[in-house]
Amino acid sequence: MLINILFYLFAATLVGASLGVVFARNSVHSAMFLVLAFFTSSGIWLLMGAEFLAIVLVLVYVGAVMVLFLFVVMMLDINVAQMREGFTRYAPLGAVIALIMIAEIAYVVWYRHLGLSLVAHAPQVAENVSNTRSLGAILYTEYAYPFQLAAVLLLIAIVAAITLTMRHRPNLKKQDISAQVSVRKADRLRIVEVASEKRQ
Amino acid sequence: MIGLPHVLLLAGVVFSIAVAGIFLNRKNVIVLLMCIELMLLAVNFNFVAFSRFLGDINGQIFVFFILTVAAAEAAIGLAILVVLFRERRSINVEDLDTLQG
Repeated sequence: MLINILFYLFAATLVGASLGVVFARNSVHSAMFLVLAFFTSSGIWLLMGAEFLAIVLVLVYVGAVMVLFLFVVMMLDINVAQMREGFTRYAPLGAVIALIMIAEIAYVVWYRHLGLSLVAHAPQVAENVSNTRSLGAILYTEYAYPFQLAAVLLLIAIVAAITLTMRHRPNLKKQDISAQVSVRKADRLRIVEVASEKRQ
Repeated sequence: MIGLPHVLLLAGVVFSIAVAGIFLNRKNVIVLLMCIELMLLAVNFNFVAFSRFLGDINGQIFVFFILTVAAAEAAIGLAILVVLFRERRSINVEDLDTLQG
């Protein structure tokens, strides 16, 4: 019973936060609503027994990705009024498409049942083993290669993001280590023969 | 009792709101990226729900990989956005007409 109440509470908050993301006037408010959406989804995932993923969602999304979003939103000065042009023009189209999609999904999921409504009382995933443990047991054995590929993907993302945003300013004074190392004595040092002064 | 259809319907509603958001905020690239994040979240909901109600842990592994890809996508997307703003002083989608699209 408590789980039902919590689910509906979280679901209502999630839908409200999603609407907030779409309709907020300010991009910072959109980002904040998205943070709320991630927190509530993490709560629903906890209710569904995916504890590890719920924690990862909060740590990775709220802790890293959304902070990145907020940094970028606050770094760029955006003309909010100009960004809102055409909002009302496209509102009916967007609303109609969203309603059609919700109706289609509701028809398939709710009325056709996918033949899966019998599993409402779900088989518990690994009854006395924690979610994190069972996830790790399969991730590092069966999915070892995809796991490595995911790591490489993250590395590529890091390299790509840094390469894209690195800026070469023309007149910047900076240390050129290769030039420093390859310098030789003859380039810098000149021995001048100076005639010594005559004794008086 | 909360069953599979409830969770799937919730995910569908969130996904549809994100699609509507892409139609509504056609000018602001940042909000477009946020809507894409919201869509990926809805897809992850489906994976977690099926994993729970079919008793199969493999679905949660896929959520793990989707989170990885989404984080990479957000990082690169925002990097492109920053470079774009530096070049054009604007993030309006309609200003990006170099390719005549």
